[in-house]
Amino acid sequence: MNDWNDDFLRFSGTEGYITSPSLVEAVNAAIALERPLLIKGEPGTGKTLLAQHVSEGLGMPMEQWHIKSTSKAQDGLYVYDTVQRLNDARFGDGDVSDIRTYIRLGPIGRVFAAEERHVLLIDEVDKADLEFPNDILLELDEMRFTVMETGDEVKARQRPIVLITSNNEKELPDAFLRRCVFHFIEFPEPELMKRIVDVHHPHLDTTLLDKVLLKFYWLREQSELRKKPSTSELIDWISVLLRSGISAEQIEEQIPFLGSLLKNEQDTEALQAYDDRGGRYPESWQDLGPRYNN
Amino acid sequence: MFLDFFYGLREHGVPVGMQEWMMLMEALKQGLHGSSLQRFYNLSRSLLVKSETYFDTFDRVFLRVFEGVEGALDIEDEVLEWLKDPKNFQELTEEQRQALEWLTGDELMQQFLERLAEQTERHDGGGKWVGTGGRSPFGHGGEHPTGIRVGGQSRNRSAMKVAEERRFRDYRTDASLDIRQIQVALRRLRSLTRVGPANELDLDETIDETCRNAGEIELVFRPEKRNNVRLLLLMDVGGTMDPYYEPVSKLLTALHEERGLREFRAYYFHNCPYELLGTTAALLRKDAIPTGDVLRKLDERWKVLIVGDAAMHPAELLEPFGNIDPRRTTETRGIDWLHRIHDHFERVVWLNPDEQDTWEQTHTTRIIKNLFPMFHLSVDGIADAVRALIGAKTLGQTVH
Repeated sequence: MNDWNDDFLRFSGTEGYITSPSLVEAVNAAIALERPLLIKGEPGTGKTLLAQHVSEGLGMPMEQWHIKSTSKAQDGLYVYDTVQRLNDARFGDGDVSDIRTYIRLGPIGRVFAAEERHVLLIDEVDKADLEFPNDILLELDEMRFTVMETGDEVKARQRPIVLITSNNEKELPDAFLRRCVFHFIEFPEPELMKRIVDVHHPHLDTTLLDKVLLKFYWLREQSELRKKPSTSELIDWISVLLRSGISAEQIEEQIPFLGSLLKNEQDTEALQAYDDRGGRYPESWQDLGPRYNN
Repeated sequence: MFLDFFYGLREHGVPVGMQEWMMLMEALKQGLHGSSLQRFYNLSRSLLVKSETYFDTFDRVFLRVFEGVEGALDIEDEVLEWLKDPKNFQELTEEQRQALEWLTGDELMQQFLERLAEQTERHDGGGKWVGTGGRSPFGHGGEHPTGIRVGGQSRNRSAMKVAEERRFRDYRTDASLDIRQIQVALRRLRSLTRVGPANELDLDETIDETCRNAGEIELVFRPEKRNNVRLLLLMDVGGTMDPYYEPVSKLLTALHEERGLREFRAYYFHNCPYELLGTTAALLRKDAIPTGDVLRKLDERWKVLIVGDAAMHPAELLEPFGNIDPRRTTETRGIDWLHRIHDHFERVVWLNPDEQDTWEQTHTTRIIKNLFPMFHLSVDGIADAVRALIGAKTLGQTVH
């Protein structure tokens, strides 16, 4: 990785965030090509966290726009606060004649207007309406927009680095996809997972960690589960285990504090039923099939 | 070689356009690939492919085009096919055999589970712990091993090795290819009305009221515009509908992802709805509800979408005790139930997966087609059906 030239190598991960080379390359390609980076992956694979660490790693401030089902493209640009203006007109506060006082910039607007170069995170873009991504395309492409009420143009002083995350709840429009650099975060393999856990729980007993991971990946292998436990659930689970002071042997026989791994009643019941009819838990990685044994 | 790559991807159905290609060219000009094949692989994948469902195809094309750049093995589906044949197992070592057992067993199960998930998971939560069909219970599931590793550690893998492993096979969902098209067609299932709590500021009214109030601010609120469409889906399952599993499951997926509907319910029947409807596609007796209840509970404004091939033995539709399910006997004829549905709801349309030119040949299809506007189960047909459900009243009887 050392042969990268300095202009290009912008982001190379931070201490608190372990990443794969392909992810680093996708981030850097997006920066170099001035395109938004679309990140997809299972929930809990650290999509949102990535943005924070990109901003940290590059030393740029971050602006986050969290998308909800009611979000509209317009909200990202600016909002015209009519109620405040009416109120001020009634009570004689403020300068009502200047509409500009009542224009509040949204996340995109703020990033454009800022002096400093920002990282802009548009989080969970798939939560919004089907056409939402298309509605912000033009602004992200041209890096400017016009405030209708005043005719002012807001133009990006510094081209922000745009990161967009999606949980795959909806298909995204083609026109939108064409303009993005795409990266899919794979679920970490056990080796990488050990390093990730180490960041959160340094100096964890290796026997314990191995047992924990064995159980964790075994659970994930059960395709009957409706929601597979993810990294963040694993981290939480380990926290609980550590605090309860449970021993490695106890983890071998059962899955304590199941509630922090499985968040779904049916999954919990199903595992309970499996346990009741005397189902076996894995004893070694051999029980998990060749994927984990090479 | 690069052009081969581009056209190879397109040929294999990865939607790569000029825009993506130019992006890659620009990246290469800037030297982002750093003249390493591994980084070229990463770079081209993140620029050309925009969905993990195509990663597998990408890997295959990449292998084919750049084979020989770094001498590497090619693993093709045919090889895997060959390996599935037990006759060929004899020359294999014990280890290889084990690996293969995982591969084949789980692939079958995966298909089975996918089927099941498509049919029941999204709408009813039939939370059964699925048996694994005779294999050792619980503990086998999950992704099948992804290809065959050619030994060695998996760190510092070359691009060829990564492509060769084809780890993304699991993400292939050819079913998702045109779900978006269906979704777009379904988006017309909307009639925006202001219902619910008044929580949106009505600016024009507020200004009017404030003026009338001599400048004393009078805020006027109104309910937000919301979709007021409630949709009832009645779906034929099993038997002659089996070959249409794929388009039907696409439609189901699209409908369940359509969040815009005010309410959505799905019930199932076999061939023709009689006095009971299934709440799950499995049509279990314990999960059935009386059709009369559905008609009582849902008022005439519900839009009804019936999906079925409408082809059955005439007796099933026209004779008393027509239900072919031996566990159920009912005197009321199927056609009477269809008439009741027809009379109860304002708008009912029928989507038929059979090719349109075969409709006239089947007696029961002709009868049903005269009762409900019938459309073909295709993107265009769905769009037309939606129009018939939503459009002006006179459209309601347009028969295709």
